Parts: sequence; structure tokens; C-alpha cells
Amino acid sequence: MAAKKFVPKEQPQKKARGPLSDLDKVTLREIKNCAVHVHQKIQKQDKPELKFPDRSLRNARYDKKDGYFVMGRSRVERTLTVNTVKSFAQTLKMMALSKQLVDEDDFATKREAYYVSKNWDEAKFDEQPESDAAMDDIEALFSLEGVMREHLRFKADEHGGKVAGQMIVLDRERDSGNELRIDCTKFGSASYAIPTSVEHLGFETKAKFVLVIETIGMFERLSQHNYWKTANCILIGTAGVPTRATRRFVRKLSDAHKLPVYAFNDCDPYAFSNIYRTLKVGSGNAVHLNQFFCVPHARFLGVSPQDIVDYELPTHALKDVDIKRAQDMLKNDPFFQAHKEWQKAIEMMLKSGQRAEQQALAKHGLNFVIDEYLPRKLKEVAKFLP
Amino acid sequence: MKERADSNQGQLFADGDDKVDKTDKTDKQKPVAADKGADKGADKGERAGAGVTAEHMAKKQREISVSEFFTKNRHLLGFDSPRKALLTAVKEAIDNSLDACEEGRILPDLKVKIARIGTSEKQFTMTVEDNGPGIVKAQVPNVFGRLLYGSKFHRLRQSRGQQGIGISAAGMYGQLTTGAPVRVRSKPGKKSVPLAYEIRIDTAKNRPDATDKVIEWDKDHGTEVSIDMEGEYRRGQKSVEEFLKLMAVANPHVHLVYTDPDNVVTEYLRATNELPKEVEEIKPHPHGVELGILLKMIQESDNRTVSAFLQQDFSRVGPTCAKAICELAGVKPETNPRRLETATVQRLKAAIDATKIMAPPLSCIAPIGEDLIIAGLKKEVDADFYVATSRKPVVYRGHPFAIEVGIAYGKPGDTLTMTDAGKIVEVAKQKADNDEVLMGAADEPIRLIRFANRVPLVFQQSACAITKAVIATNWKNYGMQQPRGALPIGPMVVFVHIASVWVPFTSESKEAIASYDEILEELRLALMESGRKLGIHVRKGRKLAGEFKKRNYIETYIPHLVVALKDILKLDDKDASKARNNLTVVLEKSRKL
Repeated sequence: MAAKKFVPKEQPQKKARGPLSDLDKVTLREIKNCAVHVHQKIQKQDKPELKFPDRSLRNARYDKKDGYFVMGRSRVERTLTVNTVKSFAQTLKMMALSKQLVDEDDFATKREAYYVSKNWDEAKFDEQPESDAAMDDIEALFSLEGVMREHLRFKADEHGGKVAGQMIVLDRERDSGNELRIDCTKFGSASYAIPTSVEHLGFETKAKFVLVIETIGMFERLSQHNYWKTANCILIGTAGVPTRATRRFVRKLSDAHKLPVYAFNDCDPYAFSNIYRTLKVGSGNAVHLNQFFCVPHARFLGVSPQDIVDYELPTHALKDVDIKRAQDMLKNDPFFQAHKEWQKAIEMMLKSGQRAEQQALAKHGLNFVIDEYLPRKLKEVAKFLP
Repeated sequence: MKERADSNQGQLFADGDDKVDKTDKTDKQKPVAADKGADKGADKGERAGAGVTAEHMAKKQREISVSEFFTKNRHLLGFDSPRKALLTAVKEAIDNSLDACEEGRILPDLKVKIARIGTSEKQFTMTVEDNGPGIVKAQVPNVFGRLLYGSKFHRLRQSRGQQGIGISAAGMYGQLTTGAPVRVRSKPGKKSVPLAYEIRIDTAKNRPDATDKVIEWDKDHGTEVSIDMEGEYRRGQKSVEEFLKLMAVANPHVHLVYTDPDNVVTEYLRATNELPKEVEEIKPHPHGVELGILLKMIQESDNRTVSAFLQQDFSRVGPTCAKAICELAGVKPETNPRRLETATVQRLKAAIDATKIMAPPLSCIAPIGEDLIIAGLKKEVDADFYVATSRKPVVYRGHPFAIEVGIAYGKPGDTLTMTDAGKIVEVAKQKADNDEVLMGAADEPIRLIRFANRVPLVFQQSACAITKAVIATNWKNYGMQQPRGALPIGPMVVFVHIASVWVPFTSESKEAIASYDEILEELRLALMESGRKLGIHVRKGRKLAGEFKKRNYIETYIPHLVVALKDILKLDDKDASKARNNLTVVLEKSRKL
């Protein structure tokens, strides 16, 4: 017998929500203003336009004093034409969705929002990167008013980082709202995972510093051998580029307890620019919110090009993309342009034509990193790359 | 073989294998035309004893009748396959009928019928009936029962038939494959007695063997020919239907009713009541004459001086011109041309070629004309756009000819047009889908339809000068796709017509035009002229299609944009529809063509 065709039930009317928070009011006001602006132009039979901040490295300004990328004044104006009518409609539909989520006190992950759009017939997004871009556009548009994606009720569906160390994370129970104390030492062979939203978290710790580790492999080695205990630190594994939540978590944690932050990465251009630089000063794409999502006082522990020489690490040759990326960093990235030490390090790497991974330290013994490398490096914090 | 070839220097076809033999074997002095048989009597004795003697061979050497020649070489005349034979027979009969009607200044009314003999799928009766002037009793047997008998070979006049082979070859083919005689009915005038003939062809002697009887025929004048023949009937490309359709394109003055073997009747209507212009017969132009023809003309001339011969047997030769030629050739103008040695005639020919002679009169050419080409195309090909170019006549090798090109482009239904109100809409189809369609799809090569003196050329497309010229044209300039060295791609029919007093076919079956430089050049110019006009249309259509797509695109997304605004601003339906209208105006305002 054929299965009965699924017919979705009519969604029940949402219960009236509690009072709007101030930020919710700002969000709704911004969405409305934007729609009013478009509507008025249409009524005058003029072409409506939306002005988005230019989300790119070109529009990023770096000031050592600020310590992070600041958005420049450059705007991208999107006028309604034949070529833009689809994305124009999609952007407005996305705003309408956001308004609905605020009204109903709900949220959607980026992936969910992408699937909601599948209801929009021809205006649906074909691939998630398109809906993510529309979301980022709206966020950038409203960022001038302090509205972030979280306020638009869109959540990242990216993984958070992993945390190990002597620390209590203060969270709340979802239903009761009572305080929840999470002891990060009590995860056994697992570890605490950073949630997608971290604004409400608090921390209790006596650790001396935060070590942000690029690879989960290295994070596992250090956490399983209780390095956090020996060095009295908090270990955070990012598995590549740290997500917004991870960046925000590290920032809040280090701000709360004035903890220095050290980055422990591979030694290659991608690790320098995409992973470390994003952690420290933010990215071009998220230039409108770097203020909150970066860790300006982070320092680069290693592996540096000098380490390759000092520790006689086994290497691989740089690939063409690596070389191109390194040259681009020197030429176009305001962060590296502002730091002579980094320029020297990158030039040294380009000259040698070699890169190395964190795990290359295992050449001298699996726990060489714990017994020798990290202690020796930590004795000379001043020599860390900025 | 070699020995004999040695002894017959200068003879092109020393052994009379498949070539038409020549009856005149007596005069050894005169070289003969290249395509005639050879003189085999020379120097017989000298080689005696060396293998087979010439005398021995001579016993086997005998005249070959053209009819026998045909039976062995029917592919040369277009009877190589049963399918092609049926089409060739129809074509030859129609050629004759139309030539006769036009010469008699009668608007042609033709009836064509193909019927199965019994239930056979292999034997058919082909019947073509016309309302032409008819044929007198004495000539009927010769016209239908004797090869190389006709009125058209010996004169220079634009006509469909050229050599007097066609219809008798069809009859001979029928007789060979079915054993049945050619049946003819003819009434040469209102007061004449209509006669029915049965004509058998004596293939050995190239002589007709005819019987006739008086019949009743309710017709003022006309001729009907029926031939039983082996054939294969198929529809589609290279079918009888297609041929008739093409004939109708190039002959918009013809009314034709066709009955196919399944008794389905198709009628091709007239697009004009005007007969093609009456064409004059012209004398040969000196520059178009080869040595063999020149010798033959000298033999047949009544003129007793070279000067008179040149002036009266050729066009465009006056006293001054004749004198100049004679001086150049070193011949006294008053010499009797028949007394000229072959070598002298050769000098005369060289002198003719070296002398500047006015081009032949062009009045002998009757092109179809641009208007009627378009009328013919419109009648038979459903398209969006028609254009035609009719070039003025020019000359190749002393023969006047004119090139005409017509183009039908775009399948209605696949294309767009803009209304006066600025709306873009799809063009409606004019004809039913099941009609025989000449035009291919947008991703197929174009259809090239070739005509010589208004007769469709169906076979040997790739060997034809017309095809070469179409391929050599750069259609990309006119907005078409064109693979290298091939016909362009697209929904298009290209019509090319050559009108000439003597169309240079590559073979006797008249299927392809030879590539003379002058003809290729005229083809090029005509194709370019039509191509330029096509290009304007194609580009306009492409722009329109792009615009249509964009407008569709706009109309797709406007509702979504309005719904979003409606959701955010809580607009009512009235405001929403107002916003939608305004938005449409805003977007289309920016897209004025």
C-alpha cells in the first residue's frame, strides 16, 4: 500500500510573546525603515536602492590602537534593475522572515533560513551561500545601528570550538532560566563545546592564559595529557578558522579575567592570515562586526618560520596557492602591512619556500610539544609574533 | 591497347568503350568534338601480326546506339535507384510540360499522379498531364521514344530541358523495368483530334515504334504522358512531394494538383497569373564556343565567307569585329569557311578569344524576380522573414546567366514580435504542423534549395557550385552560427536560382552546377546582399528575445518583492497592487527598446 502523502499541518497561531527588548525594537525599526524607503521610491516611480557597507578587505582599515579591522566608508549601492531584481526581492523576503522571527520570538539557523526560502517559489535560494550572503548583507546594513545577525534571529549552524581547562562556565537552564555552572574539567574524555550564542555566558577561572589551537589533533594531545593542568591554562581547539562564537567566547573570556591569548597554529600562509589574523583582528567579510568578534591582544606563539629552523622541523614545499596568498598578504592585507615582524616572518617563509604543521613537532617524540616546545616558547612571550 | 593509342594520336577516345559512338566515320581529316567517338580506321595495316590485329578488333567495333548506352549508364541520367527513378521521371515530365506551356504562353495547369500497379510496392504508374499546346502526331513518337531528340539542344534559349534526353530516358527506363510502353495522349489544338499513343523504344536502333488511335478527350489542348516503371515511393527528403513543393516555390505561376499512391491530393496554388517573361533565343556568343562546336558550326553554316559566318552565326559580331578577328587569325575575310584547315580554325578560335567582343544580349534571361521569389517562398515556407536578391544577368564563357537568392528565416511560433503597444508576443503559426516542412529546426543546418532555370536540383548538393558558394559565405556576419566548412545552422531556407541559356551541369542528370569563377562570384554577391538584410532581421530578433527574457524575469520577481513589502509594512491589497504596478513601470521604463 502506498504511503499516505504528507500534508503539513496548519501552523498553530503563535502565543503572544513577552515584551520586546530594546534591541528587538531597534531591529524591527531598521527593517521597517528599510522597507518604507523602498516603498516610497516605488510609489514615486523611482528606482529604489539599498546601500550596503562594502564587506571586503578593501574597505577594512587597521589601526594598531583599535587592534581590529574597522569598516571604512565605502558603500555598495544596489539599485533595483533587471539584473538585481531577484536578489532585491530575496533580500526583502529575508528581512520579512527576520521580522516574523522577532515577532514570534523564534530563531532560524542559517541552514533553516535557506530551507524556509524554498517556499518562495522563483525567489528561493538555490544554494546556501546565497542565503548566507543575503543575511550578511542585511546584518551589515543594520550593523551601523548595532544590530547583529543574532538580533535578526539568525543563528550560525557552524560548530563551536572545544574547550578544556580549569574553568567554570556560567550558563542558564533553558526552561527555568536558573544559573547553570559547567565545570570544564568534568567532561572526562570529551570536552566542553562552545555554543553558537555566547553573549549570556560568564566565567570563573584562575588560569594564567588561553591557548587557541588550530587543529583538533593537537588540542586532543594537550587536553588528554592534562597540559591545561601543568601549564594552568585554558585550551581552545578551533579546527581551522575560529567561528564567530569561538572568537566571541575567547574575547569575553580573556576580557573577563584579563588573560593573555596565545595562538598555536601550523606554519603556513593560510594559518597566518585566515586563522590567526581573523582571530586577532577579524575578517574583511565580517568587517562590520569585528569590533565584537575579535581578540586584539592575541599573540602568535607558533609555529613560526623561525621555529622551523630552531627546532629542525620536517617541512613541505609551499604550493602555488600558498605563495600567491603570502604575496597577497604582504601587498593587500592592512594587518600584515602594519606589522614589520610579520612581514619579516612571511618573507622568511617565502624565501625558504617551506611550510610546517603543528604535528611536525612529533618528529622529536610525541610529547616533545608538551615537555619541550611549549615550555620553552612560553618563557619568551615577548618574542611571539604580534 | 597501347599500340593502338599510339597510332591514333590526337584521338581522345580511341576505344569506344562506353562512349557514344559517332556515325560519321568517313572523314579522317577533321578532328571531332571531344565527346564524340573516335576514328578507328587509321593505319590498320602497320601493326599486323602484333597480337590481335586491328582488323580482328574492327569486327567487334560497331555503333552503339544511345539507347544501349543509356541502359548501361542510366545513373548518368538520374535513374540509378528505384526511388530516384520515380522522382527523375516526374521531374522530366514536368520540365517538358512547363517548357511547352510557357513557350505557348499558356498558364500551366498540371496534374501529377503516382499510382501503384496493383498492390505492388515496387511498380508504379507515373502520369503527368498538362494544358500545354500539345504535340503534333508526327513528333510524338520521336519526343517520347527517341533519345537526344528535341527542340532545345540546338538553340540558346533559357528553358528547363536542354538536351532532349529526359522524358525518353524515363520512358526507356519504364520499358526496361516493366516491359510496358510509354502511353501518351495529346491534343495539339482546339480543333485537332486527340490521339492516344503507345510508344515502344527500339533500344538497339534508338527508334520509336508507335501505334496511335483516336480518342475522346474533354480538353482544348494538352498532353498527358504515363509511364509504368519500377520505383520506390517514400515521403520526406528527396521525395516527389518535396520536389513538387520546391517546384512550386520557383514557379509561382504554376497550378498543380498532385495525387499520391494513397490517393491523397495536394494542390499547389498560383501566387501569380503572370507567365515568366518570354525569352528570346540568341545565337552563340563567340567567347562561349569551343573548337569542336566551332568546327560543327562551320559545317552547318550557310554562309560562304568567314566574315559573314562570324557576323551572322554569332551574336555581337559586326563587320569591324569580324575584320579584326580575320586579321588576327591571318584569314582572308572572303574565304569560304568550309575550306579552312583545322589548324586555321584553331587560329581563328585563338583570334576570337583574343578579340574584345561586346557581351551577349541579356534579354534572353528571364529571372524569377525578387517579388515572385518572395511570393513563392511565402506560399510554401512558413517563416517570419523573407528577403530576395535578383542579380542583373552577366556572362560566363559567352553564356548569359543570372543569379537569384531568396531567404526565408525563422519558424513562426519560435520567434517574437513587438506589438504597436510595446508588448512582446510570440508570432503565430500560419500553417498546420503536419504540412511538409522545408525549414529545419534551430539547431539543424539550414535547408539549401537549388534551382536551375526554375527546376529544383534535388541531388548531389555537395558537388554543386551553389553549395560551395553558400558555405564560403560568412554567415556569422549575419548573426547565424556556422561551423567551419559547412552550411550555417538555424531555422532558415536559402533559395538559390541560376537562370541561363546554357546551365553548366556537372552531369547529364542535371543535379549540380559546375563551379565557374564567374558563377561563384555572382553567387557570392547575391548571397551577401540577401545576407546583409537577413543580418539586420536576425539581430533585431535576438535583441527582442533577450528583452522578452528580461521582461519575463522582471515579472517573475516583482510579486515576491511586493509580498515582502506587504509582510513588513502590512500593506493592504490595494496598496500592494499599486506597488506592483509602479514597480513594473519602473523596471520597464528603464528598458525602452
